[in-house]
Amino acid sequence: MVQQKESVTLGMWVFLAQEVMFFGGLFMAYLLYRVWYPAAWAEGSQELDVMLGGINTVVLIGSSLTMAFAVRCAQLGQNKATRNWLLLTLVLGLVFVVIKGFEYYHKFEMHHIPGADFVFHGPNADQIQIFLSLYFMMTGLHALHMLIGFGILAWIAGMAHKGRFSPEYYSHVEMAGLYWHFVDIVWIFLFPLLYLVDRVHHVG
Amino acid sequence: MTTPAYPELNYLNATHGIRSWLLTKDHKRIALLYLISVTVFFGLGGMFAGLIRLELTTPAGDLLAADTYNKMFTMHGIVMIFFFLIPSIPAILGNFLIPIMIGAKDLAFPRINLLSWYIYIIGGSFTLYAIVVGGVDTGWTFYTPYSTSASNTNVLPTGIGIFITGFSSILTGLNFIVTIHRMRAPGLTWFRLPLFVWAHYATSLIQILGTPVVAITVLMLAAERAFGIGIFNPALGGDPVLFQHLFWFYSHPAVYIMILPAMGVISELVACFSRKPIFGYSFVAFSSLAIAVFGFLVWAHHMFVAGISPYAAMVFSFLSFAVAIPSAVKTFNWAATMYKGAIWLASPMIFVFGFLGLFTIGGLTGLFLASLGTDIHIHDTYFVVAHFHYIMVGGAIMGYLAGIHFYWPKITGRMYPEAWAKFSALAVFVGFNLTFFPQFILGYMGMPRRYHTYPPEFQVLNVLSSAGATILAVGYSIPLIYLLWSLKYGKVAGNNPWGATGLEWKTQSPPLTENFTETPIVTEEPYDYARQGAHVG
Ligand SMILES: [Cu+2]
Repeated sequence: MVQQKESVTLGMWVFLAQEVMFFGGLFMAYLLYRVWYPAAWAEGSQELDVMLGGINTVVLIGSSLTMAFAVRCAQLGQNKATRNWLLLTLVLGLVFVVIKGFEYYHKFEMHHIPGADFVFHGPNADQIQIFLSLYFMMTGLHALHMLIGFGILAWIAGMAHKGRFSPEYYSHVEMAGLYWHFVDIVWIFLFPLLYLVDRVHHVG
Repeated sequence: MTTPAYPELNYLNATHGIRSWLLTKDHKRIALLYLISVTVFFGLGGMFAGLIRLELTTPAGDLLAADTYNKMFTMHGIVMIFFFLIPSIPAILGNFLIPIMIGAKDLAFPRINLLSWYIYIIGGSFTLYAIVVGGVDTGWTFYTPYSTSASNTNVLPTGIGIFITGFSSILTGLNFIVTIHRMRAPGLTWFRLPLFVWAHYATSLIQILGTPVVAITVLMLAAERAFGIGIFNPALGGDPVLFQHLFWFYSHPAVYIMILPAMGVISELVACFSRKPIFGYSFVAFSSLAIAVFGFLVWAHHMFVAGISPYAAMVFSFLSFAVAIPSAVKTFNWAATMYKGAIWLASPMIFVFGFLGLFTIGGLTGLFLASLGTDIHIHDTYFVVAHFHYIMVGGAIMGYLAGIHFYWPKITGRMYPEAWAKFSALAVFVGFNLTFFPQFILGYMGMPRRYHTYPPEFQVLNVLSSAGATILAVGYSIPLIYLLWSLKYGKVAGNNPWGATGLEWKTQSPPLTENFTETPIVTEEPYDYARQGAHVG
């Protein structure tokens, strides 16, 4: 049992290393074009709703906190509390995704979805399309990870509901926690990189 | 010595029916599932190669139209690299052997292991679909913007296939890393591990850290092609060279995903058939890790003529020379192991000699390409084609065949006809050299790759190359026949037909589902041939 738990923990960290490299390719593309097109990056960033992005950041950090409580309760074998914290985490995650959905919808209305329907006026239109392409791919993949996380949270909450966890047996919750924190951390990088580019020169 | 009896109960007959195979969690059965599917893809890739060589027997493009020819070499590359070479040794021999070599019952995550095979099959199906409905013509490198905005072939399904299959490779690597860390038998310290396991550990690191990068790159490419966005399209402000950087960041290390496991096989066999402990064990072990690390720092040597800065080119040239050092360390240690050894020229060892010769030529010609000046002359010529085939076919497939022959008695419990195996090894070696050595000369004389026509003065060498390919095809086909034959008629092998050291030879052949009746305890140093003597049986 101990060996099994150690294996699962190591496996999770290896998986997360893989995830870092997966997102890394997008960050590399972001870095290159940010250096090439600083003006377009600043202008494109203005198109994003920093208010909604900011609220989402708070929501997601809050969900990491509730997730940490869930892990702690599972370690103590408090199944009911574990279940409740997990469900609260899930609700906060849903809030994030719904807000994200509104942001996407707004982009759709503005014809700011890159591709055939993309409309943007000004000299930097092509470069801003690259910015928004990366924005959608990065936040889209992040949101996809959140959706997968919902499935995991629901499953683990179901296990907690059945009273399956004990101080000797809680690695499911711990692994779900690692995954969830990882998804949060990705957002912690995405938010400033996408929403706060050079904002100081444009305030007011 | 009496003939050993075939074990009544083993992993092959433990359960029956197709379901017991398709839902198996036994690493050995999953290895066989991989063996079958990988062999199918090898046949497919070989067929494309045959058509390419057939077209090139004459200077005119008389067999295949230019478009069709483009598809042939593209699909040859894609099938051989992503669906044959990358899974071959790790997913078949690694899967089968690593748990047994470390005295474990199975891999750390048996269900993930089975999942990885299904992912491989799903990815393979997408690619097969792309082939059936008309193929792809971008070259296996998918260079943008051709692949995203010009090609009218099936880039999307192929890309999706490769994206999916990548996760099969990632999960295999993840499983190996955790297994090697956590599941070793008592007494089996890191420095008592077989070098095969070290090689796979290094390979797994590359699979974990490299494959996700190509996955996200293919995803960006697919998005660009599907929606017409411009991340890699210079007409829309994107940078095609960024694609090349991301692509080669994986695809250079991918070469080591193919060759490192083969090197692991070679280390085992050289020690066994020289009846000596491996010379410089820790150097061989750490050189695998060194290759994995340095392998990530050389990718831009594929881009010397793509407009990268000369300073970057100089650094990448230097690092590419440096990565040759750990490979040379291995080669010298193998030579030193054989020196004054009592070499037994059994058929697997003939394949090993084939590997050593071909890999050395492939490695040394790589240095020509790592040099900035010569690379400009031979870039995108048949010199490059010959070079990487010496590594990936001469090296990796020779190592694969050596391993399949060496471990066949363990996998199936039966011996194959030795004389035929030697003949096959010889045919592969001769056929291979005849196919690819002329291509060095053709490339040096300036014949570019990826064209279906060429000037008449190149015909003699091209005919030689095609003739060699025929011999090579024979060499690859015979094992298919006699290995299948051996399943029924082969002599019973016994636990240890080669008199080799290692836990895998202490258990029965074929092993029980749980590998060992009780967890083994390791007290010996690795490759202790001096103490053990040459006990066969
Ligand atoms: Cu390379």
